[in-house]
Amino acid sequence: MTPDGAETTAAGSSAARGPTRRELREAHLRRRSLMIAAASTVAVVAAIVILVPMAPGWERVQKSFFNLDIFTKTFPGLLRAFLVDVMIFAWCAPMIAVLGLVIALARDARSPALFPLRLFGTVYNDVFRGVPVILVIYLVGFGIPGLGLPRPWNSPYIWGTVAVVLTYSAYVAEVYRTGIESIHESQRAAATSLGLSHWDTMRYVILPQAIRRVIPANMNLLIALQKDVALLSFIGPVEILRQAGVYKSIHANFTPYLGAALIFLAVTVPATRAVDRMIARQNRARS
Amino acid sequence: MAAKLQMIDVWKSFGANAVLRGIDLEVSEGEMVCLIGASGSGKSTLLRSLNLLEPVDDGLILLDGTDITDPELDPQPIRQRIGLVFQSFNLFPHMTALENVLLAPRRIQRKTRAALLPGVEALFVRFGLADRMGHYPDQLSGGQQQRVAIIRALAMKPEVMLFDEVTSALDPELVGEVLDVLRTLKAEGMTMILATHEMAFAREAADKVCFLDAGRIVEEGPPAEIFSNPREARTRAFLARIL
Repeated sequence: MTPDGAETTAAGSSAARGPTRRELREAHLRRRSLMIAAASTVAVVAAIVILVPMAPGWERVQKSFFNLDIFTKTFPGLLRAFLVDVMIFAWCAPMIAVLGLVIALARDARSPALFPLRLFGTVYNDVFRGVPVILVIYLVGFGIPGLGLPRPWNSPYIWGTVAVVLTYSAYVAEVYRTGIESIHESQRAAATSLGLSHWDTMRYVILPQAIRRVIPANMNLLIALQKDVALLSFIGPVEILRQAGVYKSIHANFTPYLGAALIFLAVTVPATRAVDRMIARQNRARS
Repeated sequence: MAAKLQMIDVWKSFGANAVLRGIDLEVSEGEMVCLIGASGSGKSTLLRSLNLLEPVDDGLILLDGTDITDPELDPQPIRQRIGLVFQSFNLFPHMTALENVLLAPRRIQRKTRAALLPGVEALFVRFGLADRMGHYPDQLSGGQQQRVAIIRALAMKPEVMLFDEVTSALDPELVGEVLDVLRTLKAEGMTMILATHEMAFAREAADKVCFLDAGRIVEEGPPAEIFSNPREARTRAFLARIL
């Protein structure tokens, strides 16, 4: 209470005295940097607007990438196809969160009896972080149904999901592990000294803190996942990327790709900003 | 009277660094023993080895006459009988004071929250924290946090309590409230071992003071004797430095 009270009186008296010299100087600097930023932005935008259309191929590019007519015709269809991406994303994300945690815990297993588990975790991580997502999608998505599985077990949705979940879990597991390792040894010591088991210590003391600490890092992976879901188009599902390809062929025009890109941006940009804010908040809380 | 806790020729090294070099110590039921000595003399390691946080390399630690350093023994039940409080509190920051205290009894003794609450609340009341049970550690002062940490250890109903420089991380004006808790515990007959730099407190409250230097107990005896009439040159030098 007291410090708050003291602060308000201080602020009140300075308001009565008018802005201080320091405040005037800061206001001046703010105005100046705002003006510089505005001027440089105008210059860059003007250069683009004037110079780019002067390029020899501009007219062709404009016709095949920025065709408003085709854009309005295909956009609703693209939006519908994007729902498929959202769906795949929605069921992949929780599976990745769980499998990633399991792998992280497996890699953290200490008792010698659990060595195979630890080995599995390590090999898993090496393999799935070392192979490009698209390769895993091809191998799993074409390879496993190729075993001659009956419907519906040959669905590219299932095996595409499996491929994405396997790959992303490896990354998420690493993020969890950094979180677990970031918890100070003294927390483990405190829990152990009370007589808690290794697993109880993990579950009640280490993990709740570790998971909270790595939420921003995992959110960044989620944003990447949002985009990588589109890679499933290579094995069949008609989601937004494939739909855009279909429209491209129908209209002999690339504008649908631009539409698809805009739809992705509409989702990933706000998500990225939200994560940035979350990280900033966490940094403030920790300092 | 048989010793409650006894260390016989205990050795502990971290790599090439021998931290405990043949510790012999006897603590009777209800006794308060203060360990004094410079930083790095082995006080913390001694306490951590008693709680089995650090397995010792050699020697025996007897609790009620039973060797607890036996590698075949499950350390968890023994840790529950010997509470340890740390210099830096080490409260769990994501839990309220009450949750910090309830976690171990709930998980280990498998008691329900409702069954534990009366006893735990009584502890909070006794140490002046009745209105702080729902607070998170970062909403508490250092002295309050340390008292919660003591309550957390007491909630396991330990037979021996170990205190590792529990006032060293506190602002000077908060030291008193934690020392009061220690006095209360002593009055109730708790067996306690303290590593401490609070010489005035050790002199006033301890039954026995042990001076550690380079991993050995160089001198031990009643506080009056150690502080007023130290026999060993090293003890005299240490006391001259800090008093």
